[in-house]
Amino acid sequence: MSVQDGYNFAYLDEQTKRMIRRALLKAVAIPGYQVPFGSREMPLPYGWGTGGIQVTASLIGADDVLKVIDQGADDTTNAVNIRSFFRKVTGVATTEQTREATLIQTRHRIPETPLAAGQILVFQVPIPEPLRWLEPREAETRTMHALREYGVMHVKLYEDIARHGRIATTYDYPVIVNDHYLMRPSPIPKFDNPKLHRNPALMLFGAGREKRVYAVPPYTDVRSLDFDDHPFAIERWEQPCALCAATDSYLDEIILDDAGNRMFVCSDTEYCAGRQAAGHKGALAA
Amino acid sequence: MYVAVKGGERAIAKSHELLARARRGDPGVPELSIAQIKEQLRLAVARVMSEGSLYDEDLAALAIKQAAGDLIEAIFLLRAYRTTLPRLSESQPLATGRMRLARRISAAFKDLPGGQVLGPTYDYTQRLLDFSLMDEVSETMPAGAASAEAFAEPFAESIVAPGIGELLGREGLLEAALPKADDPAPYDLTRDPLLFPVDRATRLQNLARGDEGFLLAMGYSTQRGYSTTHPFAGEIRHGAVPVEVFVDELGFAVEVGEIELTECQLITDFEGSATQAPQFTRGYGLAFGHAERKAMAMALVDRALRAREFGEQINLRDHPANNEEFVLSHSDNVEASGFVQHLKLPHYVDFQSNLDLLRRLRTEWEAARAAANREAA
Amino acid sequence: MHLVRELDLSRLQPGFAEPVGDAQRCFRGVLDALAHPGTIVELADLPAPPPGLGAAQSALLLALADQDTPVWLPPGLRDAEAGHYLRFHCGCRLTASLADAHFVVPASLAALPALDDLRPGEPEFPDRSATLVVEVAGLATVGALRLRGPGIETEAGLSVAGWTADCTAFLRENRRRFPLGVDLLLTCGASLAGLPRTVRVDREA
Repeated sequence: MSVQDGYNFAYLDEQTKRMIRRALLKAVAIPGYQVPFGSREMPLPYGWGTGGIQVTASLIGADDVLKVIDQGADDTTNAVNIRSFFRKVTGVATTEQTREATLIQTRHRIPETPLAAGQILVFQVPIPEPLRWLEPREAETRTMHALREYGVMHVKLYEDIARHGRIATTYDYPVIVNDHYLMRPSPIPKFDNPKLHRNPALMLFGAGREKRVYAVPPYTDVRSLDFDDHPFAIERWEQPCALCAATDSYLDEIILDDAGNRMFVCSDTEYCAGRQAAGHKGALAA
Repeated sequence: MYVAVKGGERAIAKSHELLARARRGDPGVPELSIAQIKEQLRLAVARVMSEGSLYDEDLAALAIKQAAGDLIEAIFLLRAYRTTLPRLSESQPLATGRMRLARRISAAFKDLPGGQVLGPTYDYTQRLLDFSLMDEVSETMPAGAASAEAFAEPFAESIVAPGIGELLGREGLLEAALPKADDPAPYDLTRDPLLFPVDRATRLQNLARGDEGFLLAMGYSTQRGYSTTHPFAGEIRHGAVPVEVFVDELGFAVEVGEIELTECQLITDFEGSATQAPQFTRGYGLAFGHAERKAMAMALVDRALRAREFGEQINLRDHPANNEEFVLSHSDNVEASGFVQHLKLPHYVDFQSNLDLLRRLRTEWEAARAAANREAA
Repeated sequence: MHLVRELDLSRLQPGFAEPVGDAQRCFRGVLDALAHPGTIVELADLPAPPPGLGAAQSALLLALADQDTPVWLPPGLRDAEAGHYLRFHCGCRLTASLADAHFVVPASLAALPALDDLRPGEPEFPDRSATLVVEVAGLATVGALRLRGPGIETEAGLSVAGWTADCTAFLRENRRRFPLGVDLLLTCGASLAGLPRTVRVDREA
């Protein structure tokens, strides 16, 4: 196993790993609750995945197979950079195949390929506190969670409806975990919210700059906030993926020319490539 | 036909190459040495050590070199290295009253024991560009100063004087700043998360690591009415202080070295209360190396954050410097720089979901307007 | 330093053979067990435990306890080899106060402390709570206990040797106090099962 000279396996020292591991165990035992942890300065900037990286570094072992995605893609520069960091400091195998991975670190998406029991999905979280825009003071929001005073969030969503005729939150859409804590699922599109509900995989969330970890255990109820007369709904596209013809995936818009012509393709590059390899062909496929 | 953009790994490798070239600049110009940075950019080195929370001039100089002079990047480099270091021991509290002074001034007293020591300062330079420094060999160096020995021990002839706190404290006019008998071991922000509310020791740690520019602006705001304090510069001192470590096996403390510090004691009025006689209160600032602006700004902010402790009228909404959460959550430039710049990372998934919503809202708005126009017509 | 002098190191059992990898595998086992209540996780290649502790019980303390987490051991083990072993290998403080302990190691299920005596966390910080690590005489996935809750698809079965009505009452009361509460890890030799505070337990007659 090739590991970077002068650094411990997975970069973090063992005492730091133990501290994060204990925080993760409490996070699993209290689903959706934000556990404070002694986040360390990492060799990547805050805001670029330091929370996810610390969680992954505390989890990863020599037998793991790691997948890293950003915006659903394995080959965006930040995903490439984080993957190469872990290769350098752990020597573990990496993959782009969702099914092969034991650990998946992600920013802003949940893979389209359904996750299996035993897999762990690690989210990079910029702002963990769902009430932050409604109440900036941490001391206050902590009390609000303790009392489950979540009325302000419903009021905010209702004001959206009054102004726009619908809930205008499109990503990082708030959820209630296990009928108790209000949680931010990180800036995944609300399209991915239904995948949080009773997912067989363990989902761990790391916010490095904000120094919090939290978890959704497997098969845990995760409900997106809504109203009887305005039920939660996900994004829909009028056309399938231009490359693989999928109609069930989240699509990115790509502008093709100066005239504003555009196409829609899967944001999950592995899912799209897999479908194309299996013979599915979109309108603009090679 | 469309082919998706690939090759992130190659692009990153190429970018590293270009960065190395950009950092080095024209290879015809001699490369900077670590010693040159350490000796000739000492104030930059001091800032990187303070905000990087690591007293190591060589590593700070290396970080400045590697960061091409971007001090916040250098601070980040030093911090990322610092986290990997084992924690060997805790020092004894530094006795800044025993500082061998290079400089010491008080604005509150005309003279005081130990005297006013102007020392090296930009304060009374007339800010005229010194074109003689354009030459590689400076002609403005004092005669004889070029020898290495003259600078080997900058504080060799300096004096030790009691701090302003000791002097005023004897009359009971200044609040004491002694640890309580059961003073707990200080919280360590490099190992544990910042949780609110926080005690003063933790606040001071946060401010000591805090961005100089941020503290400067926050401190400045308190002088312009966005707070209620009216401070005097009781004392500002800069010099060298011994660091001691208590060795269990020996049963006493041994000196392990000396560090350069700048300390600022601000003095402000306090009217007293039913239980507390009127006296002066303090704001405290401390920084590695020679860093008066940082130490003073820190002391202003420290005092502003103590407003509640003294029962002063505070207005958290309009006076950000009095707002503990606001100040302490935004003071760290490594955190701030990372999060501001993370906007460079792709956000097209979130953007797409907003774009989708906006198109729907637009369609509905246009339909509604068309309907309204038809009715009007 | 004081510690080293009073211990006879030559008689102390060794800890992890490969500390980094062994601690990681143990932690993943514990994480797996807590994330899947009712599942029994087998830990492999564990070091021989000191007398009075089980292999998985001892190993997970090696993996998770350190100077920041006071450990409570029954008085009979605290000053015996088990206590020396944990102090030496984990650097942890052994506490006689249940209310201080982050990890509590009761002598058996029959000796479970009262819930009120354990660190329950605070409403704002429910994570500041105890984890109990109990060695039992037998663990099996089919059995009288019916478990439901996060981590369980529908319902899981668990059989625990020595389980009593008091244990069921303890877990129910613990669940009732959510989000405050304690989390239980049951060990049996090299096996491990997790009962986080979220678990709902019923016992078939």
